Amino acid sequence: MGMLSYYFRKSLTVCKDEVLVLPSRVAVGVFVVTILVLPLFSQSPYLLRILILSSIFAIFAASWDLLSGFTGQMNFGHALFFGVGAYSAALLNIHGHLPPWASIPLGALGAVLTGLIVGIPCLRLRGTYLALTTLAFPVILLGIIFAVPDITGGELGLSGLSRLTGSRLWDYYLTSVIMLVSCAVMWKITDSNTGIIFHAIREDELAVRASGINTIRYKLLAFSLGGFFAGISGGLYAHFMRIAGPSTLEVSMSFTVVIWAVFGGIVTIYGPVGAVFILFPLLEFLRFWPEYRTLAFALVILLILLYMPEGLFPYLRDKLETQCPRCKIRNVAKRKTCRICAAPLN
Amino acid sequence: MLLDIVVSGLISGSMFALLAIGFSLIFGVARIVNIAHTAFYMVAAYCIFFFTQRMGLGSIISMLLAIVMVICLGLLTYRFFIEPIREHEAAVLIGTIALAIAMQEVMLLIFTGDFLSVPSLVGGFFSIMNVKIFYQQLLTFGAVVAVLLALWLMLMKTRLGLAIRCMAEDREVANLMGINERLVAMATMGISVGLAAFTGAVVVPLTIVNPFMWMEPLIIMMAVVVLGGLGSLKGSFLGAYILGFTEALVVFLIPKGAFLKGSVALSIMILVLILRPEGLFGIAFEEER
Repeated sequence: MGMLSYYFRKSLTVCKDEVLVLPSRVAVGVFVVTILVLPLFSQSPYLLRILILSSIFAIFAASWDLLSGFTGQMNFGHALFFGVGAYSAALLNIHGHLPPWASIPLGALGAVLTGLIVGIPCLRLRGTYLALTTLAFPVILLGIIFAVPDITGGELGLSGLSRLTGSRLWDYYLTSVIMLVSCAVMWKITDSNTGIIFHAIREDELAVRASGINTIRYKLLAFSLGGFFAGISGGLYAHFMRIAGPSTLEVSMSFTVVIWAVFGGIVTIYGPVGAVFILFPLLEFLRFWPEYRTLAFALVILLILLYMPEGLFPYLRDKLETQCPRCKIRNVAKRKTCRICAAPLN
Repeated sequence: MLLDIVVSGLISGSMFALLAIGFSLIFGVARIVNIAHTAFYMVAAYCIFFFTQRMGLGSIISMLLAIVMVICLGLLTYRFFIEPIREHEAAVLIGTIALAIAMQEVMLLIFTGDFLSVPSLVGGFFSIMNVKIFYQQLLTFGAVVAVLLALWLMLMKTRLGLAIRCMAEDREVANLMGINERLVAMATMGISVGLAAFTGAVVVPLTIVNPFMWMEPLIIMMAVVVLGGLGSLKGSFLGAYILGFTEALVVFLIPKGAFLKGSVALSIMILVLILRPEGLFGIAFEEER
């Protein structure tokens, strides 16, 4: 009992001193709580459907950020992992009669394998070459899928997968919890030693090699991690929509994920997640003017890029918070002195 | 069969060559990866459709008008959307994707998503060994060769060409030598978009016009550029014909080849890249930092 109250008091202190002092941390907390309690206020199936799809695509966008944002391996064919995850989950479910809890992780492992297969030729490429080459991989797979319609369903795709869970509400909780957990895991990975090495590979790969770090291993690790999370989102998507079709592999899918991530701000896992939760519902609510929807989407992205090329969330964060020049701790922008070391902030 | 392959390979190869050289040119000079390149080609095709079918203008005049209009559009978008974000490589990629999508949507609004077609410039065909060769195909091929020659002369013999080659080699030194970097980049963008528009103009009688026609050539064009080496015009030219003939071979020789043509062409690109990461004629840069 004593231990319990100790941990309770400690978490309150952490909450007061570390979370409530910074607007960005408060925002993340509010976001998590809102996601979890939202069904108490509205259970409209349409709203839940939009949020489920947002959660699935949030994992997808964050996994792109983990691979391309952090290591700088610009992947323009991220739909490959999504599609492989969706198709292998569908094949395992329809032909292997596996339930979703087995087919989704196995599909994600298939995506990891694809990540390794794709990553090995990509090791020698960098920058624009890499971006343009990776664009080719989903297109190659798409051609193969169209060529063997007996197994893959061709243009119609594989339909009739089993449902994720019994009801819309449980689907919502399953996907949103998986989204929160996997985004937290990705955030943690990028915060660890591995994440620092990923950063360093983006900034200067030669220097990282010179420091005695096996960059090949870390690049392949980034490809498999990105593939794993994208594969999970692909499997969830296939089981939620109950169809795995060629649209999961299309070029526009690869482009959309890049748009989400860059809109939200790369090299921050939270940026792409937030961007999906803003842009995806926005696109749905613009359905009252279906002809202008995509045009408005494109124009919003162009304007955002012109005024905040770093992405929306880093821009907002920089407006709200400043970094202490002495101890590198973040502070609210309106403070005159640092909250830890009391150095003057300018 | 053989002749079919040759004709089809030459036509698609020439089209890819024109697109890829335009794309390569602006990448070499300004380091801009212009994903919207093929969208300009689509806009040019629509302009020609509009002028010939709706306004009733002659084919040649409408082609010229279309090219001029697309060049203006290209320069305007460059000035207002691409130039301010040129320093951020990722932002340029996204910006040009968004531009392409915006153009696609505008065309969708104006002309709806119907499949449209434009009559060919010259009718009729002759046949050799039971293979029909349309005069339009010959004309397309001839026009492409002429434009490529003109472009080569421009790059090699004029002062602007010299400036463009300088910029492609080393931007900073070119700037130090008194070359107006912004002006040359603008001029190159004009030429590059003009090439895309010209491709649209010569290809439009042979294909179907619809707002999504920019996606398919985009992938192959990028494969061509990567295969030949980024920024290398010779590489783009050769790579275009390699991939053009590969596609033709796959379509005519393999059952269900039409589905696999893209896959085989892209696999060849990847194989070449594994052997030579900088492409056929690319220069291996000393770690650009």
